[in-house]
Amino acid sequence: MLRDITLGQYYQTESCIHRLDPRVKLGGTILFVLSLFFFRNALGYVAAVLFLGIVIRLSHVPFRYMVRGMKGILLLLLLTVVFNLFLTPGTPIVTVWRIRITWEGAALALTMAVRLTLLIIGSSVMTLTTTPNHLTDGMERLLGPLRIFKVPVHEVAMMMSIALRFIPILLEETDKIMKAQIARGADFESGNLLKKAKALVPLLVPLFVSAFRRANDLALAMESRCYRGGEGRTKMKPLIYQRRDYAAYLCLFLYLAVSISLGRRTLSLPL
Amino acid sequence: MSIILDHVNYIYEKDTPLERKALDDISLVIPDGQFIGIIGHTGSGKSTLMQHLNGLIRATSGSIYFNGEDIYDRDYDRKKLRSRVGLVFQYPEHQLFEIDVFRDVCFGPKNLGLDRREVELRAYDALRRVGLPDELFYQSPFELSGGQKRRVAIAGVLAMKPEVLILDEPTAGLDPRGRTEILEQIKKLQRETGMTVLLVSHSMEDVAEYVDRILVMNQGRILYDDAPKAVFRHYRELEEVGLAAPQAAYIMHDLRERGLPVNTDAITVEEAAEEIARAVRAAGGLPGMTGQRI
Amino acid sequence: MGIVKAEKLTYEYIRRDEEGNVEGLVRAVDEVSLDVKQGEFIAILGHNGSGKSTLAKQINAILYPTEGTVWVDGMDTKEEEHLWDIRQTAGMVFQNPDNQIIGQVVEEDVGFGPENMGIPTEEIWQRVEESLRAVGMYAFRKYSPNKLSGGQKQRVSIAGVLAMHPKCIVLDEPTAMLDPNGRREVIRAVRGLNQVEGVTVILITHYMEEIVHADHVFVMDQGRIAMEGTPREIFSQVERLQDLRLDVPQVTLLAYELQNRGLPLPDGILTREELIQALGL
Repeated sequence: MLRDITLGQYYQTESCIHRLDPRVKLGGTILFVLSLFFFRNALGYVAAVLFLGIVIRLSHVPFRYMVRGMKGILLLLLLTVVFNLFLTPGTPIVTVWRIRITWEGAALALTMAVRLTLLIIGSSVMTLTTTPNHLTDGMERLLGPLRIFKVPVHEVAMMMSIALRFIPILLEETDKIMKAQIARGADFESGNLLKKAKALVPLLVPLFVSAFRRANDLALAMESRCYRGGEGRTKMKPLIYQRRDYAAYLCLFLYLAVSISLGRRTLSLPL
Repeated sequence: MSIILDHVNYIYEKDTPLERKALDDISLVIPDGQFIGIIGHTGSGKSTLMQHLNGLIRATSGSIYFNGEDIYDRDYDRKKLRSRVGLVFQYPEHQLFEIDVFRDVCFGPKNLGLDRREVELRAYDALRRVGLPDELFYQSPFELSGGQKRRVAIAGVLAMKPEVLILDEPTAGLDPRGRTEILEQIKKLQRETGMTVLLVSHSMEDVAEYVDRILVMNQGRILYDDAPKAVFRHYRELEEVGLAAPQAAYIMHDLRERGLPVNTDAITVEEAAEEIARAVRAAGGLPGMTGQRI
Repeated sequence: MGIVKAEKLTYEYIRRDEEGNVEGLVRAVDEVSLDVKQGEFIAILGHNGSGKSTLAKQINAILYPTEGTVWVDGMDTKEEEHLWDIRQTAGMVFQNPDNQIIGQVVEEDVGFGPENMGIPTEEIWQRVEESLRAVGMYAFRKYSPNKLSGGQKQRVSIAGVLAMHPKCIVLDEPTAMLDPNGRREVIRAVRGLNQVEGVTVILITHYMEEIVHADHVFVMDQGRIAMEGTPREIFSQVERLQDLRLDVPQVTLLAYELQNRGLPLPDGILTREELIQALGL
């Protein structure tokens, strides 16, 4: 159940997307996500879907892995759709009792759903094709200039990388503790909110104890492997732009130019 | 009164690239009061099998009957089943959460909806049964030693008064004395209460010493299901699947090959010593009995 | 002086109750002296709570002696300026394989130590490859650690230490959480390091079968060295070991039981072959 969350999970395979510099992928993802908010019509989204489709194809990651990441936000997606569908004023399509669905609402709900889906799948492509270490490396480099303002860029990057590594471990642990407490008659499902919250204590206490123990162990292990912050550290995989990275940037800007010029056009469709 | 598994299959992560048959056509009868060892290496399906027995995992196909009732029946009380088939996971001390030992053990019976008196009686009884000294009852469970924590965790399940007790690697991570102590305690418990006990273990030596029957699991199937002596006769086949018989069994086979007429069914150190001494005496002492040195 | 030397090493810590009041002083290590020579395979046995892990952490300068001194390759662990040299000279592998792997990909994890040491990129790759080959994990270099078995994870941890080119590796119960196959894998890798690479090994364990090949064994109890000698010398004393909450390999125990039944066997039989030979077969 809990393991279905693929956000932040690396999918091991060889592809040109995997080999790209993480800065390209990070920057690309940010630009892609931003582009989604510029579109005024369906053409822009068509371009975005096409672009994303090509990238997914190139990445050799099975499509269902991307979709799996969606499960975690299904509720959010549903809520967004429902809110927009029912609460947007405009020309009504159907009216049942006091609930009214409008053209504007339907359009907005659809736009939001498409936008959110593209956003999540787009960022999953990045996390699925980039090792978290690589990703944090990329972030460290992109945010590097902030260091002059005393922002602990390396430390933050390292912490994120570790958090990402421990997510699957802690999820598995949660699963295990949950099962063990269920075997002792614990009930995590029934009852009102208060009862449910109380039922979480036998799950959360052992989980926190374990997480602290792991953190402590890990700190020891890192220190004993001579970790002493970012200073004087060399990189096993230093980030150097290759020709393919420049090519990727080019593709990205092409996409932006095409999709935004298409997407900003005023068409008869209200999207 | 028994557990019956009828052609149970379990497919892990069905319809994904990780799809794998974790249990493959398991049929099995577990009668009352037996002490059973389940052996197999990591990923052989033994943990999955255990979790089927108390309904934590539902079989993809096949049926499981507990005391004659199909546990997958619509109106079967599976919550109750969990209290009747007690399951102690590996490293159970990681599940302790209460302020003191006694309250932690109360958690199980309290969930059964018993009245306070009964809950406390059961907790007290369970703690006595696992051999935890009284003065530790009101200590924080986090301050106990490894072996003590494990006892508390086992008591936490025992307090639900299960008819069947399943223990996953109860000795993992303990030191040699700790291992023997826990196993002895379980044996004693089994004898005194007549409970059915299933012991999942990696250690052939441990299992050989304590159980009446061994299930050897491999790739989701039951490879052998027999008395320990009979199972360890297949020591060559066990090796092929990455397992091994107890060392004592090998020694007996070696000795027999080299011409000492011993019965190769000895599987514990005690039995082996008895048997070798008998064979040596029968042969009129060792061939080079005078001060053989290595 | 050997690669690791301890003289009257004592380590105490303050035990506090739940409110943080001092309850007393615990002497976890009590006047331990030992001298380990370069290239030796040392085993430290002891039941849970005997002080063996605390001792191990002294060698890596994670803890410092309260009294007495520890030298690693001639460097006093109490002197701050040697800290990183000491950790690089005496690497450490811990019990829980999940809690010591930092990288999300095997090779990145092995490169973590050299990165911290400021080794040039090129050489990091060389070291990573060598280390992974030495523990037989090179084929898995692109894997996520989460996809590996316990034994494989521990071998990755060993490679991670090896890539720092240590003279000595301290392994603190590296097999306690593994199944028998995983244990065998790890011990085989450790023996390989010792014999092929000439790395000094200090193995802490409570599995008796794992120390049969050690050059020298220390048995700890209540923070002190209770016994010391070759595996044969140690395993000759079955009752003493049992008193210390330990046991002996099954073969040794069998030979001991046979002695008790009047068979004239030598003490400290360690392998099946030795037993058969001793029985004159």
